[in-house]
Amino acid sequence: MSTADLPLWAEVAVAALALLGAGIALVGSLGLLRLPTYFERVHAPAIIATLGLWCIMHASIVYFSVLGRSLALHPLLIALFIAITVPVTNIFLMRAALFRARRAGQSVPPNLSHKAAPEAENS
Amino acid sequence: MSILSWALPAALAMLALAMVLTLVRLLRGPAAQDRVLALDCMYLNGMLLMLVLGMQFASAHYFEAALLVALFGFVGSTAMAKFLLRGEVIE
Repeated sequence: MSTADLPLWAEVAVAALALLGAGIALVGSLGLLRLPTYFERVHAPAIIATLGLWCIMHASIVYFSVLGRSLALHPLLIALFIAITVPVTNIFLMRAALFRARRAGQSVPPNLSHKAAPEAENS
Repeated sequence: MSILSWALPAALAMLALAMVLTLVRLLRGPAAQDRVLALDCMYLNGMLLMLVLGMQFASAHYFEAALLVALFGFVGSTAMAKFLLRGEVIE
């Protein structure tokens, strides 16, 4: 049971959306591998969590809606969950990386959230 | 029938290649935050792989697996990021 019977327009739509989403995931992973520094690298998976995930989610919605002959919106749950949780994880990771870079004495922007000592601002 | 029978395995192969590229960054990352970021990206790729597998085998059970992968990815990445943020405060 590889794939069930779908009309041609649904097959074209599902194939195009799934290939586009997989290609975007490949581009994002290649960016994660190729970009030189961490603060450039942290941007690369964002395209997987937004455009790639939404393409594959729409492919899944079209596939299961046409297959079951009723509107199947349950893949939307994953996309909403990812849209809520990925910014939280990325903010924690970027704050951790900034903290570690400041600790290591690299040239990153100073901490603005609370009052820093005057001699620490020109570091 | 003829379009999806090659398009979905091609999408699966591209997602598997994306996971391999992420694994290279996970093994090679110079700092700990690179490895955590690569693991988070790998969870995302694995979740997309689960969604495409559900379309490949025309089964809705892969949806729950994808939801669980997303949930564990969020919990694990957030816990490791908080450890990176707090483990050196104590140091």
